[in-house]
Amino acid sequence: MSNEKQSKVDLNNLKAGGFIKERGKDLFTVRLRVPGGRMSIPRLKRIAEVAEKFGGEFVHLSVRQSIELININFKDFDAVVEELGEATQKVASCGARVRVPVACGGCEYNPNGLVDTQKSALEVDEKLFGTATGHHKFKVAFAGCPFDCPKSATNDVGFQGAIYPELDRDACISCGLCAKSCVPKAIVMGEDNKPVLSDDPCIWCGDCVKVCPTGAWSEARRGYTVRIGGKWGRNPLVGTLFATFLPENRAVDFIASVLGWYRQKAEGLGRIRLGDTIIKEGPQALLDHLRAQFPEYTVDATIAPQVIATQVGK
Amino acid sequence: MQVIDLRGVSCPTNFVKAKLALEEIETGETARILLDDGEPVKNVPRSLKAEGHKLLGLKQADEGHYALDLEKVEE
Repeated sequence: MSNEKQSKVDLNNLKAGGFIKERGKDLFTVRLRVPGGRMSIPRLKRIAEVAEKFGGEFVHLSVRQSIELININFKDFDAVVEELGEATQKVASCGARVRVPVACGGCEYNPNGLVDTQKSALEVDEKLFGTATGHHKFKVAFAGCPFDCPKSATNDVGFQGAIYPELDRDACISCGLCAKSCVPKAIVMGEDNKPVLSDDPCIWCGDCVKVCPTGAWSEARRGYTVRIGGKWGRNPLVGTLFATFLPENRAVDFIASVLGWYRQKAEGLGRIRLGDTIIKEGPQALLDHLRAQFPEYTVDATIAPQVIATQVGK
Repeated sequence: MQVIDLRGVSCPTNFVKAKLALEEIETGETARILLDDGEPVKNVPRSLKAEGHKLLGLKQADEGHYALDLEKVEE
């Protein structure tokens, strides 16, 4: 018999537990917790079995990397939770809480990846998932490089892998591929036929390091650039830059710090997202708050989250 | 020196062909591999370096393609 305390579903908190009411009578969608979209084969098999037994004709792969069971009768909630197995597959959250982190594949097998986004997503999920914000949803995403497939800046806190390159002149064979590959033209070939890097246009994408045939270009620094204040929906905002080269092992603390500021500053403002709170308070307020704890990584100055005008032209 | 002409061959076929062609030459021998500009030259040289071969030079020809000179190293 299952542990009553763990598998019993409190019907008052349905929305907190990832059970979403559907149109059909007594039917719910069950949103599963899949941080970073990483799904082991045994888990996938178990989900398929549960879906087949209790659900409709299909599952839905959500836009935030969840697998959603469709048409689950509320009478089957306890059984669904139990058969998924609390140890292997948990149910996600909705409401004014920290949501499941989204992440790309990272550097494990993708040659473009600069950082271990999967590790970050798992850590954030473990330590911060479901934390009540007191105001609105809170979404976090991890991108392994500036291709930024997860669209990190559309999240409340978005992380993007970055590396700062350095040159070993002796190992350079002057092939010019780095300069050729550099999209913002931060690297140009110098008069001595060796590459020269300008910091200003550099976006820390690491293409120079990736393309260098001899390893003359290598990473001097590695970490996350962090953009804060993004959201989508009816009034989209894109997050702006607050920190650079944040070490991967500080991501959890950083998010916790932002959460603390959000909880406090949005008090009394109703159902407001972080981005709108930053616009109201001014980005300097959050920047100063973060600088106290992360002085080496916060930027000197930033701008408020930017409005994306999706309604112009109606 | 053996010339392996991979102009007109797209990724990853060019890498696979280069790898196979290199299996046919002796360790220590040099080879020149011709690659198109764009994705081929951005990918193949470092993939061959990752295979363990020694890259000697990479130059762009007037016609626009690249010539990669390398020395074969046995695994």
